[in-house]
Amino acid sequence: MGNHNVSYQPSISPPIDQISVEERCARFQSRSIKGETKVAGLKLALSMIDLTTLEGKDSEGKVKQLCYKAMHPHDAMPGIPTVAAVCVYPTMVRTARKALKGSNIKVAAVATAFPSGLAPLKVKLDDTKFAVEEGADEIDMVISRGRFLQGDFNLVFDEIAAVKEACGKAHLKVILETGELSTLDNVRKASDIAIFAGADFIKTSTGKIQPAATMPVTLVMLEAIRDYYYETGKMIGMKPAGGIATSKLALHYLVMVRETLGEAWMNPDWFRFGASKLANDILMQLAKDQTGVYQSLNYFSND
Amino acid sequence: MANTSTPKKPTAKKTVVAQNNGQAEKKQTGSSRIKVQKTYKIFINGQFPRTESGRYYPLTLSDGSIVNLCLSSRKDIRNAVVAAREAQEKWAARAGLNKSQILYRLAEMLETRSSQFIEELQLMGATKEAAINETETAIDRLIYYAGWCDKFNAIFSSVNPVSSSHFNFSSNEPTGVVTIVAAEESGLLGLISVMAPVIAGGNTCVVLASESKALSAVTLAEVIATSDIPAGVVNILTGTRKELLAHMANHMDVNAIYLHSNKAEEIKEVETLSALNVKRARIEFVSNWFEPKEENPYRIQDFIEVKTTWHPIGI
Repeated sequence: MGNHNVSYQPSISPPIDQISVEERCARFQSRSIKGETKVAGLKLALSMIDLTTLEGKDSEGKVKQLCYKAMHPHDAMPGIPTVAAVCVYPTMVRTARKALKGSNIKVAAVATAFPSGLAPLKVKLDDTKFAVEEGADEIDMVISRGRFLQGDFNLVFDEIAAVKEACGKAHLKVILETGELSTLDNVRKASDIAIFAGADFIKTSTGKIQPAATMPVTLVMLEAIRDYYYETGKMIGMKPAGGIATSKLALHYLVMVRETLGEAWMNPDWFRFGASKLANDILMQLAKDQTGVYQSLNYFSND
Repeated sequence: MANTSTPKKPTAKKTVVAQNNGQAEKKQTGSSRIKVQKTYKIFINGQFPRTESGRYYPLTLSDGSIVNLCLSSRKDIRNAVVAAREAQEKWAARAGLNKSQILYRLAEMLETRSSQFIEELQLMGATKEAAINETETAIDRLIYYAGWCDKFNAIFSSVNPVSSSHFNFSSNEPTGVVTIVAAEESGLLGLISVMAPVIAGGNTCVVLASESKALSAVTLAEVIATSDIPAGVVNILTGTRKELLAHMANHMDVNAIYLHSNKAEEIKEVETLSALNVKRARIEFVSNWFEPKEENPYRIQDFIEVKTTWHPIGI
């Protein structure tokens, strides 16, 4: 279901004032979140994590271990939520699906020749269909950044629309790889293209390029989602990925979502963190809150 | 500073006198220059932040001036431990010789800054003679432990005779991240005598400096920052024991604690809280840091762990 059945018009994307975006982000980071609010925020952040393993050396064992971590973040501490999803390569989807049986945790698969996206469209579509057939609930696709930077917006648009069709019932997250897009103006354009072409979620990065998710980039994407919502009444989800490793930063992202999009987005259906280290940091903070003692990674499972 | 006593521009002063008789008399008593006050900061991960808490405590010096020092909070300890943990593996992995060179270099830097240490020790109440003695001994002590970096493993490791067909040997590994609650009475020598063997052994440390003699620790941090010691290997905080001792002792990511104390309640607190993650707790009270016996390789051994390996032979 393409959100619009038309090509993308660059004129719909407003120019971005980088200075004011950075100023705004600095202010999100000045919020002090303590006590009960902090604990609630940490639990919410944990429930929004897409626990991710996207290494060339991934094995079935590694994926199973990750799935166990997703279902049992830290059994020593009762009352904490599970993560939202496990994010793996398409060939690992079946393993993850099996390991997560009986839980509500979704399986997300990166497809379309992740992370470069440099493959013929047919290969990308086959990659997507394969992942869906294996049982993926969500597909994380990458856009063709090279073609985007050449100004070939229609091709990028058409590719996303085609992948969306190939997804069928699976949700589509579109990775913009903002670290390669150079400017915030480009980030806004790519966000609009993805949203108009049918993305259910837009996602910052693959995690393979530095910088990955940053607050300014995420804010620009959130604003694209907000403007689209004002215009059409349709909600689009957001997933910053890569580079969010500490609880404090995760809380600041939540502040940003709350103040840009509002309460409706404050749940795993509409906002996710793509991260692997963040989960343990949140668990350590929650344990610190319960015990009053600063924690060590040695006492948390290393997945 | 000593060299600012004579006014450099008498002509300019005269103009001031002519214009404003009311203030002229005051200014004539000394230099019209306003002294630049130093902001004393803490040292975490090679940088000089203010304490996260924004608090400070005043310290009155022997010349009557008052300086403000950071009153660190538990969050500063947390940040410092994160930095120390991050730095530990890389520091330990450096060759012993390299650690030697780096500690020696630190001593060289201290030597060139010795006049500042001597001056500050006097400001904190020492006589000139005592200040010179403490500074020189501290530098020599650093050189002493610099020499041990690539040697202690040879004397503290062993090949062990065992009655089976195994080659059995024990070697040393650093304990990890060490919190140091430095001597209250000896601001420079007491700190270096403990810090040097800890880092010589491949550990990284978070130091709580002497509360009443903190200037030397802050200046030492400034010297460390410009030496070759990697960021995070030494982190120095100022503040009160009362507030910070528990957090230095119970932190789960700290592997050992050094406490210089003879107060029963402090010792009990550290021993109790260290048990939480079976932290190594080294507690002592040294009344005279100048004694030659306070300079020995066993201080390195206090913060190393022995790993014994059984290697099958003849199979």
